[in-house]
Amino acid sequence: MQVKITVNGQPREDAVEPRMLLVHYLRDVAGLTGTHVGCETTLCGACTILMNGQAVKSCTMLAVQADGAKLTTIEGLAKNGQLHPLQEGFWEKHGLQCGFCTPGMIMAAVDLLSRNKNPSDEEIRHALEGNLCRCTGYQHIVEAVQYAAHKMR
Amino acid sequence: MFPATFEYHRAHSVKDALALLKRFGQDAKLLSGGHSLLPMMKLRLAQPAHLIDIGAVGELAQIAEEGGKVVIGAGVTHQQIADSALVRGKLQALAEAAAQIGDVQVRNRGTLGGSLAHADPAADYPAAVLALEGEVKLEGAQGTRTVKAQDFFVDLLTTAMNPDEILRQVSFSPIAVGTGCAYLKRPQPASGFALVGVAALVSLGRDGSCEKVRVGVTGLGSKAFRAAGVESALAGKKPEANAIAAAAAHAADGIDCLSDIHASADFRAELARVYTRRAIEKALERCAR
Ligand SMILES: Cc1cc2nc3c(=O)[nH]c(=O)nc-3n(C[C@H](O)[C@H](O)[C@H](O)COP(=O)(O)OP(=O)(O)OC[C@H]3O[C@@H](n4cnc5c(N)ncnc54)[C@H](O)[C@@H]3O)c2cc1C
Ligand code: FES
Ligand code: FES
Repeated sequence: MQVKITVNGQPREDAVEPRMLLVHYLRDVAGLTGTHVGCETTLCGACTILMNGQAVKSCTMLAVQADGAKLTTIEGLAKNGQLHPLQEGFWEKHGLQCGFCTPGMIMAAVDLLSRNKNPSDEEIRHALEGNLCRCTGYQHIVEAVQYAAHKMR
Repeated sequence: MFPATFEYHRAHSVKDALALLKRFGQDAKLLSGGHSLLPMMKLRLAQPAHLIDIGAVGELAQIAEEGGKVVIGAGVTHQQIADSALVRGKLQALAEAAAQIGDVQVRNRGTLGGSLAHADPAADYPAAVLALEGEVKLEGAQGTRTVKAQDFFVDLLTTAMNPDEILRQVSFSPIAVGTGCAYLKRPQPASGFALVGVAALVSLGRDGSCEKVRVGVTGLGSKAFRAAGVESALAGKKPEANAIAAAAAHAADGIDCLSDIHASADFRAELARVYTRRAIEKALERCAR
């Protein structure tokens, strides 16, 4: 089936099998491997991207369901070689160790900061409930998001 | 991990979807947010030959006030319900149930209609829809009909819907002055679904006694249910601690409670009694305002 999807501002048109998952479309068709596949069961959040500005888990969507949508992946955040404040925050505050969860964490945090410019630590933890990290213990992730929230205000 | 092959059809209207359902019959499944169906298809627990995507059907995606009722389309997402000022103001327990479903990514995709049609015994909405006495509108080849929430949930993953019908919307009478409602949940720590979830609605009469009591319970048995024993025990009584506790003690009466590694049947029943008491107390606090 033919789909038209805008990925990080670039319109694309591709032929996909209906059963192709959106995360595989992004990684294998669009060649954007920043979006990770962790659990494949909607639990870990590593595959989180933005669809029309909202965080979704791309392992639990079909590519055909995104027909006509605007998607943003981790590759779409930096502008003109300048890191997004959240990327910078994760760097500055040691919000990652192995980095596997990081793209998903950051995309979920982008969704949060678009709705709430001044989140409490509690609100950050709540918004990242659908994202698991096996390394950091989350504290540094919360600090990274606070860093970005501060910078973006 | 990906689903078995299927043919994909995109419906642009309810009429479209009904025609497709008629054409493909038992081989077809509706796809709304896909957050129950796709996980099942990935595990090959479901292998429909045809998927009819209703995710883009605009007429299903509205929240509106019509003829004194609040009407929520089947395609409205959990996050939209949680964020809606109308729902938060007039159907607080439903907004609270929506806000506690899964995580934000799940809430951005999953829909009211998909959750009710799926009828997971641990889903959150059913408790709230029961306590708020929602009316479910179904549309099929034979026309439309309305089913009361109480008659909608039939058994584990089974509803009163026929396979050729679409769940169109759910309508509710808004909470009146002197009435309060609340939804409280004890989540299963791994999945986030309800170990037990209780929605309560209480109206106080002029004399300060409980005029109307409605309690919906999810997670406890094979389907969500109205706790009739609690409702009748509290109706007509003054809302005092003893009366509330005595009524809540009936929360699990007659229910064959689920038992698994997360909670034994006895523990679930005890949780139901405790959460029923707390939900009633919370609803009462909100009556006063
Ligand atoms: C990680 C995760 C965590 C979750 N946590 C919770 C939780 O804590 N609490 C909770 O309640 N739920 C939870 N869910 C389930 C979630 O709420 C689902 O979104 C919901 O159960 C199904 O809605 P959907 O729109 O995704 O439906 P779909 O998956 O698209 O469809 C589900 C079923 O309903 C049918 N259907 C869909 N729409 C209609 C319609 N309009 N008319 C007739 N039939 C229809 C489909 O054919 C299918 O059989 C969770 C899901 C995931 C993946
Ligand atoms: S890979 Fe999608 S949630 Fe884990
Ligand atoms: S940094 Fe390793 S999983 Fe989060």
